[in-house]
Amino acid sequence: MSDPVTALGGMTADSFADIAEQPPRGMVLLRGDLSSAPVQRAAAEVAGVTVPAPNRFEGEMPALCWMAPDELLLLCDYDEAAAKVAALAEALQGVHHLALDVSDARAVFRVTGLDAREALAKLTPADMSPAAVPPGTFRRTRMAQVPAAIRALDDTAFEILCFRSVAQYMADLLISAAIPGSEVGYWQT
Amino acid sequence: MLILRCPNCGIDADETELAPGGEAHLRRVGPEASDDAFEGYLFHRENPRGVHFERWRHAAGCGKWFHAARCTQTLEVFGTYSAQVTDPPQDIRDAITARRPGWRWRDIE
Repeated sequence: MSDPVTALGGMTADSFADIAEQPPRGMVLLRGDLSSAPVQRAAAEVAGVTVPAPNRFEGEMPALCWMAPDELLLLCDYDEAAAKVAALAEALQGVHHLALDVSDARAVFRVTGLDAREALAKLTPADMSPAAVPPGTFRRTRMAQVPAAIRALDDTAFEILCFRSVAQYMADLLISAAIPGSEVGYWQT
Repeated sequence: MLILRCPNCGIDADETELAPGGEAHLRRVGPEASDDAFEGYLFHRENPRGVHFERWRHAAGCGKWFHAARCTQTLEVFGTYSAQVTDPPQDIRDAITARRPGWRWRDIE
């Protein structure tokens, strides 16, 4: 079997925030009625973490991210995605749902540094203040011209999920937003 | 800039995160309707100065549709509500009445 390759070969950039494309990431899409007990139980069992509240995620890796009122995204090791799909399908037999391996659909970047929040705030209309995006937040929004999701791991580390087809665009955005000398200094003293 | 609270995910979404869906609460006529009635359903839209009802989609967010009631003149937002209704709910009507007494939109008042 061929080796998985990320969109940009694991690019990194050092600016006032450090930007690094992450290695191939397992992603499983789960759609269904999130308020129903069988779907909640299956998601929590297969992921190994509790089902997150709206606009939140649970667990760093593996993780469950709240995408929409009827959609969760399970993050796991790349090799485990197929097994997770099979486990979900078995746990949800007879329950209306969709579980799909979408590992190759998206690119993941990690933006770290004391001013990482500011670099992201330049790109998105979302309120990126520490009060609006505390650690544990999973915020789907727009970054410049493309949709993206921001996963706040802690106050200085964020993960950006975007479609693989716009990975180069996203990398260029992040690099230009974090050019040394362009710090705003609004949240970080 | 217009900021609408998506009732599906609770996020205060900037206009640029949303996709406009045109006028709300259209009712399809037909199939036995007259050509005039069908033309009205297809093309004739309200263009009010003041209270207006619209459909929006949280395109860059949760991806779900919702309804919004707002003022086209001041961009004041009276409220947002579920897409799964055919008429504005009473609490939205009350919120509009509080701000725009005597408002009327199509045959809703």
